[in-house]
Amino acid sequence: MNASALEIPCEIPADARNPVEPFLRMDRMPHIWCPACGIGTTVNCFTRALEESKANLDKVAVVSGIGCTGRVAGYANLDSFHTTHGRAIPFATGLKLSNPELQVVVYSGDGDLFAIGGNHFIHAARRNMDLKVICVNNLTYAMTGGQTGPATPGQTISATSPYGVFEPSFNLVQLAEAAGAAYVARWTTFHVKQLARSMGEILKKKGFCFIEVLSPCPTLYQRRNKMGDGLDAMKFYKQVSKIRNGASTADAALTKAGEILVGKFVDRDRPDYFDLLQAQMHATLGDRYAEPEVSCSEC
Amino acid sequence: MHADPKGVLTGVHFLDGDHACCEGTLAAGARFAAGYPITPSTEVVERFAWRIPTVGGIFIQMEDELAASITIQGAVWGGAKAFTVTSGPGFSLMMEHIGYAAMTETPCVFVNVQRGGPSTGLPTLPAQADMMQAKWGSHGDYGIVALCPNSPQECFDLTVTGFNLAEEFRVPVMMMLDECVGHMTEKVVIPEADQLAITPRRFTKLPPPEFRLFQPQADQVPDMVRAGDGYRFHVTGLTHDERGYPSMNIETQDRSVRRLIDKLKPLAGPRALFEAENLDDAEVVVVSYGITSRVAQRAIQLARARGIRAGKFRIISAWPFPDTHIRELADSVKAFVVPELNLGQMVHEVARSAQGRAKVIPVSHAGGSVHNPEVILNAIVEAAR
Repeated sequence: MNASALEIPCEIPADARNPVEPFLRMDRMPHIWCPACGIGTTVNCFTRALEESKANLDKVAVVSGIGCTGRVAGYANLDSFHTTHGRAIPFATGLKLSNPELQVVVYSGDGDLFAIGGNHFIHAARRNMDLKVICVNNLTYAMTGGQTGPATPGQTISATSPYGVFEPSFNLVQLAEAAGAAYVARWTTFHVKQLARSMGEILKKKGFCFIEVLSPCPTLYQRRNKMGDGLDAMKFYKQVSKIRNGASTADAALTKAGEILVGKFVDRDRPDYFDLLQAQMHATLGDRYAEPEVSCSEC
Repeated sequence: MHADPKGVLTGVHFLDGDHACCEGTLAAGARFAAGYPITPSTEVVERFAWRIPTVGGIFIQMEDELAASITIQGAVWGGAKAFTVTSGPGFSLMMEHIGYAAMTETPCVFVNVQRGGPSTGLPTLPAQADMMQAKWGSHGDYGIVALCPNSPQECFDLTVTGFNLAEEFRVPVMMMLDECVGHMTEKVVIPEADQLAITPRRFTKLPPPEFRLFQPQADQVPDMVRAGDGYRFHVTGLTHDERGYPSMNIETQDRSVRRLIDKLKPLAGPRALFEAENLDDAEVVVVSYGITSRVAQRAIQLARARGIRAGKFRIISAWPFPDTHIRELADSVKAFVVPELNLGQMVHEVARSAQGRAKVIPVSHAGGSVHNPEVILNAIVEAAR
């Protein structure tokens, strides 16, 4: 390290607080994520989005599945649910439908949402369930040691593909659009401003919203694939990312070293599940339809 | 607290067990159901889908049983009373979420209308072969409650009881119907709403800073809370401390997992649900449940007509198993005869409880029909010899 870098004068007042602290369970720090992991960066962006949205935080719930990103729920100072592997979306579906005034955010990883939980993802998008899905895509199963997942690009090495990945991977944003998502965006953890802005947008948008965030896993994915450390990942993202808002998701497939298309790809209005349910019941039952009163304090 | 009249279909009806079970869920206050179609259970949610829009609630048909069994738990944490319905293969898919409900102490109800197995088995024919699965099917140690109705009337009554127990103990409750009970049609009397006792969810009265989601009260059951009410609580299937925070501490593991089982102990003893007849002078007691108890009734009558002092112990709450009651009977009878539509499941619990003090004779049946009463009678005659 350059010794002169240490001489920058810096005084941190004793009562200084990181502005994200009110959004986190500080009594659970330090977190379990590795140095240079990108998940914390996405959480930082999420807290900025919450702050700027001025949302009533008592009415925001976070639901996670299992894996490194699955631990986000445990650190968020909100009503938070760490569910079973792959099932964050159906849990969130029940939570949202029983208590529609909640803003329900699903925060999970690529393996959780698209392998074991893939079926739930496409059906929630089809229904246009009013859920905000944030997928931290680190291209691997990190919690279990770096195995091949449905988003792992070809020609990479993983713990279960020691001779190289040969399966085609999912293009997550194309899948989300095809299944019916109302909002689809992709950023990397290099694009913190854009990511925070996108997160703010989905907090205000009705329907099934999806953000994919490419995020480095230096400990497993990058080390095995000789892609350097966290700083190298930022340089890589900066070098190969191209911002193309409105680009066709069909052109957004990821490869090991090729271009990363980022941006907001889809932003469309479709009636959500609850709207469709109510319209159908009003149309067929008329006055006999009783608005759902699912959640009650005395039931 | 009394039932909400909106959900109570007061009157005398001619219903099958599946439909009666559905009416039980509505009377109990369930306003949310998620399901996936599977024979012979689907009629429960078909009726719920038909009824609920005029009562004020939601039915959603999910993409599979994995989803249905966790969607209901999301609904519970949102404040609802909720349930799902399934049979054999679907019940197998729900196992992980039965464990999640037990671990997170999420009050909810799983209705299993049992059919012949294993695997796809006999989709339209009865069995009672999921009894051990209901208790042991998810990994790890945990406790659940299982109730076994033997008539459409009991499908209504016990479903209300099941929801009440789920709330009282913060536990998943299994309604263990069988295809015969689910599809038999009989008179079902549904009382006035003010005649139905409903256990409300025990929400905490503490303010958020003082509240701990897994802090047990005197009955070993923690108070509940609802998302959106400002408690900022955390729920996880990981081993957790009283705050709900993950813990790798073996003392926390020991304390919390033991409590999941210990809190249900009253249901094995003083509060066990069962029906007893002619036990005072019995030399042979037939232990049965569900549809088999109605076949056994005939066998007991035939035995009595032959001068054999046969008695009846009908299990209603199968889990926790009413072992203290069987243990007491074991000192005064020669033998227990245990007919069931499986190749030997609850008979092992009877044998465990009897502690060798009385003979235990299984009358097994691979499922697909009910027993012939003569087969049970022969076992009684043999036992009395």
